[in-house]
Amino acid sequence: MIPAAFDYVAPTSVEAALAALAQYGDEAKIIAGGQSLLPVLRMRLNAPEWIIDLGKIESLRGIRDDGDAIVIGAMTPHSVVGSDSLVAEHAALISKAVEHLADAQVRHRGTFGGALAHADPAGDLGAPALALGAQFVIAGSGGTRTVAADDFFVDLFETAIGEDEILTEVRIPKHTGWGACYEKFVRVAHQWPIVAVAATVKVDGGTISEARVGLTNMGSTPLRARAVEEALAGQSLSEDVVRAAAEKAADGANPPSDLNGDADYRRHLATVLTRRAVVAATGG
Amino acid sequence: MTRISLNVDGASVSDDVEPRMLLVQYLRERLGKTGTVIGCDTSNCGACTVHLNGTSVKSCNVLAVQADGAEVTTIEGLAKDGKLHAVQESFRECHGLQCGFCTPGMIMQSVDLLKENPKPSEEEIRLGLEGNLCRCTGYHNIVRAVQHASGQAVNS
Amino acid sequence: MTATQERPADEVEREIGRDRRRKEDQRLITGRTRWTDNITLPGMLHLAMVRSPFAHATITSIDTTAAKASTNVVAVLTGADFGDELGVCINAWAITTDQVTPTHSPMPSDRVSFAGEIVAVVVARTAAEARDAAELVDVEYDELPAALDLKQAAADEVLAHPDLGTNKSALWVFDSGEAGTGGNVEDAIAKARTDGIVIEREYRQQRLIPAFMEPRSVVVDPTGEQNTMWSATQIPHIVRFALAATTGVPESKIRVVAPDVGGGFGGKLQVTPEEWIAWAVGRRLGKPVKYTETRSESLLSAHHGRDQWQKLTLAAEKDGSVTGFKVELLADLGAYVAIVGGGVPVLGAFMFNSIYKFPAYHFACQTVLTNKTWTDAYRGAGRPEATYAIERIMDELAAEVGVDPLAIREKNWITHEEFPFTTVAGLEYDSGNYEAATARAKEMFGYDELRAEQMARRASGDTVQLGIGVSTFTEMCGLAPSRVLGQLNYGAGGWEHASVRMLATGKVEVITGASAHGQGHETAFSQIVADRLGVAFDDVEVLHGDTQVSHKGLDTYGSRSLVVGGEALVRAVDKVIEKARPIAAHLLEASVDDLEYSGGRFSVKGTDQGLAIGEIATAVFTAHNLPDDVEPSIDAEATYDPINFNYPHGTHLCAMEVDTETGAVKMRKYVCCDDIGNIINPLIVAGQVHGGLVQGIAQALWEEAVYDDAGTLVSGSFVDYLLPTAADTISFDVDHTTSPSTTNTLGTKGVGEAGTIASTPAVVNAVVDAVRHLGVNDIQMPCTPERVWKAINGPGSGGATEGAAMPHFESGGAAGNQEQPGTSSTEGAGA
Repeated sequence: MIPAAFDYVAPTSVEAALAALAQYGDEAKIIAGGQSLLPVLRMRLNAPEWIIDLGKIESLRGIRDDGDAIVIGAMTPHSVVGSDSLVAEHAALISKAVEHLADAQVRHRGTFGGALAHADPAGDLGAPALALGAQFVIAGSGGTRTVAADDFFVDLFETAIGEDEILTEVRIPKHTGWGACYEKFVRVAHQWPIVAVAATVKVDGGTISEARVGLTNMGSTPLRARAVEEALAGQSLSEDVVRAAAEKAADGANPPSDLNGDADYRRHLATVLTRRAVVAATGG
Repeated sequence: MTRISLNVDGASVSDDVEPRMLLVQYLRERLGKTGTVIGCDTSNCGACTVHLNGTSVKSCNVLAVQADGAEVTTIEGLAKDGKLHAVQESFRECHGLQCGFCTPGMIMQSVDLLKENPKPSEEEIRLGLEGNLCRCTGYHNIVRAVQHASGQAVNS
Repeated sequence: MTATQERPADEVEREIGRDRRRKEDQRLITGRTRWTDNITLPGMLHLAMVRSPFAHATITSIDTTAAKASTNVVAVLTGADFGDELGVCINAWAITTDQVTPTHSPMPSDRVSFAGEIVAVVVARTAAEARDAAELVDVEYDELPAALDLKQAAADEVLAHPDLGTNKSALWVFDSGEAGTGGNVEDAIAKARTDGIVIEREYRQQRLIPAFMEPRSVVVDPTGEQNTMWSATQIPHIVRFALAATTGVPESKIRVVAPDVGGGFGGKLQVTPEEWIAWAVGRRLGKPVKYTETRSESLLSAHHGRDQWQKLTLAAEKDGSVTGFKVELLADLGAYVAIVGGGVPVLGAFMFNSIYKFPAYHFACQTVLTNKTWTDAYRGAGRPEATYAIERIMDELAAEVGVDPLAIREKNWITHEEFPFTTVAGLEYDSGNYEAATARAKEMFGYDELRAEQMARRASGDTVQLGIGVSTFTEMCGLAPSRVLGQLNYGAGGWEHASVRMLATGKVEVITGASAHGQGHETAFSQIVADRLGVAFDDVEVLHGDTQVSHKGLDTYGSRSLVVGGEALVRAVDKVIEKARPIAAHLLEASVDDLEYSGGRFSVKGTDQGLAIGEIATAVFTAHNLPDDVEPSIDAEATYDPINFNYPHGTHLCAMEVDTETGAVKMRKYVCCDDIGNIINPLIVAGQVHGGLVQGIAQALWEEAVYDDAGTLVSGSFVDYLLPTAADTISFDVDHTTSPSTTNTLGTKGVGEAGTIASTPAVVNAVVDAVRHLGVNDIQMPCTPERVWKAINGPGSGGATEGAAMPHFESGGAAGNQEQPGTSSTEGAGA
């Protein structure tokens, strides 16, 4: 319950944070909202010598409209994202996923960028970010670069963010008018999802013009269910079409086996939840 | 050691703390605010819930240094001028506590819940308290206490 | 004139039966609490424990050099540093005279027997420094093969304690034929095999963790003539006795205090290594010490509950009349025989026949040692296991006969005219009315409508099926008649003590030997005293949990506080009145025979002369004018030993929806009508029922302590040991019928465990009922969605739980860059 000792710095700018990273290197960990990092430190599963707190960098907070995308600052708390009207209008899938992310206290403190950077495959934001084609803006000593969602999640708890870099904001292409549903399957409310499916679908006149489906906890990273997306695209909306497409939800997935279910069960869940998510996202 | 200054339950306090000290440990060990308790080490139980700058957080999941400059309200600062907060009163009235260990966190989260949603449905109450574990009450009377505090009819 | 009639002044509202708000709450809702971990003493040192990561290993060396050299570390001690002064953790109930019982050192120096066992203790000026130094203690182990699986352990393939030569601790048998309480069960089964019905099942009682909300904490102050231990315990009196008995410190030199205690549910009914180590360290160093466990430590090392395999054979006639029931249990003790230990399944031995008139009964329980956390009482202790077995198999019988589960119960239960009734297990049930409770529960439930809906869903092939579960439970509680406990070879009695102090100002102090930890004794006992003595509710102060104040008691467990401790209180109050009577007569200059006592006053019959009990207390205080040969005191005490248990019962009905596509289950409705005799405080009773229900429901649906193949507790945090939240539970419909108990003055029965005992089979019966038409007749607990789905889609009861946890808090393997800065995180513990 008591972390190992560390030193602490709370820079007030991204530049200063990058400088601190450069100085302390792999002896440091960044703390954003700290809602997953602090349990790790309390249980002494990790013991960095330095903690660099991004909490005092105001420029990392906030949500803005940037033409064809909305931009969410990495340090924006979940509770702010969840109640934001821009997000609700243009990236409804994010709003739905945040609504039941963790619990109210964690949503007050935890941040959008921090959760994505943590890259827990059971985290609720990875699959929606993938489905929406989010772009991750990462600052380093040489300036900023942008990484596509498909390239961001590398492995279990591993992202494209380099050792000397900081995730500053996430750009989410507008999906205005798309239906959205985040189907989360848990045994008790305070649990990470055993499996969850993030679906957002554009329907024009009874035809599915495009569908994006992301999977939570079906592998070591969040996954796109591309076979489902392809099976839906261009089809006229019907129960049979959705059901047949959803059957492909676990294609290529390599889900874990644990206390809550083995891999086969998770594959099955993915198909059921995908069907339900797509049906709900298409107004069913 | 890092110097922190903050306001806790209406009083200005300032201390040198180790960066690793959790806010809940600071409250309990340095300020003697033992009303706020520690029930787990994974942030599941919510027993340590306090208000940080007006919203509920789990004080085991905040470093004391991160609360520098902040305003913190604990269960001990909820009653004003000797008068219990409506939620405190409702927990007693509706028997929303037994052993009382989860109660400080449960009350602080309920206060936050009602601030965001003054007339919650039973389902909204239950979801709003999903970050707080209780082992005694089966939650039945906790839900009623929140209904009562919100001025709504209480199911039998 | 007012429209309402004024109440006569002497007709004070009775306290018993009133929904008084609790006296305890003011401090609990304002944070002015006295948890053990809140205590800070001058010069206090902090302890951190070094625990074995291995389930079974020889300790080859312990190097404490680095830890001892750390800043502000005062001492690092191992088992070898202590002799007999460390004492042992006792088993108070050898269930057989030849029980195999390993010695349980609080800190063994040679061999560890479960993962989590303490091998060294670090003492430092702060808790943080103690923890830091604990990381530096270097222990080397030679790993030994571990006995983990209960059935394999029972076969003695691998020994949990090689020196004992066997894992089999004790075989406890009851046979109605031999006891003369019924017929021969083998004859009944043989007959049923030829012309009746034989149902054979094997049910699993998974291992549970009590998971009280307050982690255990202990503070020892060795300064002063009496050394003091504050502990988050249910049993301060028993801890004091056991400390004296095992450490050589005279009992008179020991004071144990249980201050505010945050829940127990049996989990704090223990004498723990942590307490014993803190005691020894504090005394060794001559300084106050504190140890507070983390939640992970608590889940790992505080005792677990349940963990049985139940092999059941039920014999019946073709019409469903049961002719015999045979129960063969394997019970997992864990690494040591805990204080009650094997007594837990024995407490269930008398309950498998439940409310039914079975002609023949046989019970055999083999307790088994394994290299896992020790097991002991958890809410219900033996009786939930028994109730689960009988109520599940009665549903199976109903399915076999093809009748409603309530009908099969009615065919076999004791009718209300038959009380008192001596059962096939030899107990005399004093009162009850199963018909009335069942009728009321059915009415509340809307039984027929829900059955109709179930049929409709089946007919339409709905993906969401509905099931109805029944549990008509009874239990024996109120531990207990000392003579019965003696016959069972239990090491202590079952009496309870109370005393009443009449203060000079007319206020009343009541001391009870029961030790509340959330039950509301201060309120309920005040109500009893207020009524009996005729004083104001607010004038009564209930003191407990400190052996210096409450010198005598047997503490709180087994739903005993009210039915045993409350009765002791009644008797103490009656003695106060009788002691006051001659003084009142003297002061009123009347004959004792002319006095009557009512509403807190002695009055002289036929006159308006009288004296309140408080006035007599004041007169006794001054002692200026008392009769000759009367001591200047009307204080009194009483110790009560019941002649029988008491037998709450009730009918619980549960409706569960099962999503056949995912296996997810959802509670739709839960109704119970319990008969717990007379009720002192309906508000408190409702709270006990609600909380008990959810613990029982949680066994059915969510909770399980899972070990992996190496003997590591996989469900070792609240991330993986799933307690339900408000969002996972529903509101309950609770009502009561009343058949007053005839074994205590107040007519009360215990209620603390009823909900837990009854609800588990009601829920599982409902889940199975929802999918029985799909070929399912069992689903192993907890009924996880995966198990339900697998049971629907294949043979068996859903399979075993995978011994692996989700890796949310892992800092990762060598390959990941999660050690790198960018992986800062925010996703919450409960995302």
